[in-house]
Amino acid sequence: MMPDLTWLMTVIRLLIPAIIILAVAPVGMMYLTWLERKVIARIQGRVGPNRVGPYGLLQPLADGVKMLTKEDLIPRGADVLCHFLAPILIVVPALFLFTVLPIGPTLVAAPLTTGLLFFVAVGSVGTLAIFAAGWGSRNKFALLGATRSAAQLAAYEVPLVLSLAVIPLMTGSLNMTEIVQAQQAKWFVFTPWGLTGFILILITGLAEVNRTPFDLPEAESEIIGGFHTEYSGMKFALFYMAEFLGTLALGMLASVLFLGGWHGPFLPGPVWLLLKTFSIIFFAIWVRGTWPRFRVDHLMEFAWKVLLPLALSNLLGAAFCALKGGWIGNIVATALPISVFLLTTQLWLKPRPRPTTAWIETNSQSN
Amino acid sequence: MTNQLTYCFLGIFLLAALVVPLLPIVLARFVAPKKPGLTKNQVYECGMETEGDTWVQFRMHYYLFAILFVVFDVEALFLFPWALVFRWGGWTGLAAITVFVGILLAGLVYAWQENVLEWE
Repeated sequence: MMPDLTWLMTVIRLLIPAIIILAVAPVGMMYLTWLERKVIARIQGRVGPNRVGPYGLLQPLADGVKMLTKEDLIPRGADVLCHFLAPILIVVPALFLFTVLPIGPTLVAAPLTTGLLFFVAVGSVGTLAIFAAGWGSRNKFALLGATRSAAQLAAYEVPLVLSLAVIPLMTGSLNMTEIVQAQQAKWFVFTPWGLTGFILILITGLAEVNRTPFDLPEAESEIIGGFHTEYSGMKFALFYMAEFLGTLALGMLASVLFLGGWHGPFLPGPVWLLLKTFSIIFFAIWVRGTWPRFRVDHLMEFAWKVLLPLALSNLLGAAFCALKGGWIGNIVATALPISVFLLTTQLWLKPRPRPTTAWIETNSQSN
Repeated sequence: MTNQLTYCFLGIFLLAALVVPLLPIVLARFVAPKKPGLTKNQVYECGMETEGDTWVQFRMHYYLFAILFVVFDVEALFLFPWALVFRWGGWTGLAAITVFVGILLAGLVYAWQENVLEWE
């Protein structure tokens, strides 16, 4: 008598997309490090990695092997469990981001009806991991980096989520596939509210994945390595992996939501999506190569005082545009964010008397 | 894929995704050298001896930002369902949500006035 094996078949059928994602995403991330090093080298007038393999293409593998053979240090007095779990807790959600992103009309691992919300929810778990890393290390610089990071990620998550809310507003759906299908005729980036949303998601997204100019949590000139100061070897590599996976997912998200996903002439859909993704990633690398880092007070105030009102006004402008339509709607959807932006930046940059208390005088350099 | 299968997939994916970070960590345990030392395992603070306990109280300011974050994140949580069914709401819905956003914006303006948003 044969046992019923249909459940096994189902599991295997579910495992296949999981294995594809888990195999492709880390490889993509490895070559992203190569791309980033090459591009930044070019920006700085260097050649970049060119010793291991042609054009240094095997460099990521060499790095992986090197990381694998490095000693894994756990500082004395550290919270061992926190210290051990943090790199795992940061990589797993970063991998989850790719499950809801559609590559083609039917090529999506998990076609959730709440895909966009799932992405946002999973994406914010990384903050916990970063804090666990900083806290578990029992290092003052790591803890400083972790608290900064928690504050920064919290501050930028709000405008990010609010700028994403224009998408369900316009499409009436949170499913990523349906969102792309809604852009058949016109990519969202070519609408006034879409352009604002796209700019917002680029800025806040860079902050969410801790990239320059928002990489204060790991500002090496101030607080060594930030939250991963006390990590070495493979665990350190995992933090980098999560950062690059996040960049990749952000690029894909922005192209899916605003740049029309797989839509495009001549070339097949997935190729178009990858082209758009890598243009955004190239932009992120370009920013890293040319832009100085923000100051921590500017960073926080920029999020709360400029980006948050901008995202809210964009949402209301988009809602008006959806109801009214035509040129009036477009003008309102353009004028509202611009006027709010001008107002808030003026108020934000207005010179103000600095309070001078003893505490600030003694601590103004440290935080 | 049906909805149930999708959630099954996410469960399976969780287990499979755990392999990605765990495999190199376990592998490194066998490959990497393990020579801990009293000096080596010290906390790295640029070669200085660490002073006092690291796990101290935080600045009050972080909590204020956390409260603001909760306020606006919950607002976003309310805005998403509204945005989904926005077409049925029409102008009334827009007016209602403008009032809702306006109240929260008043909170933001108040926080701004009170210099809570300043990071010194």
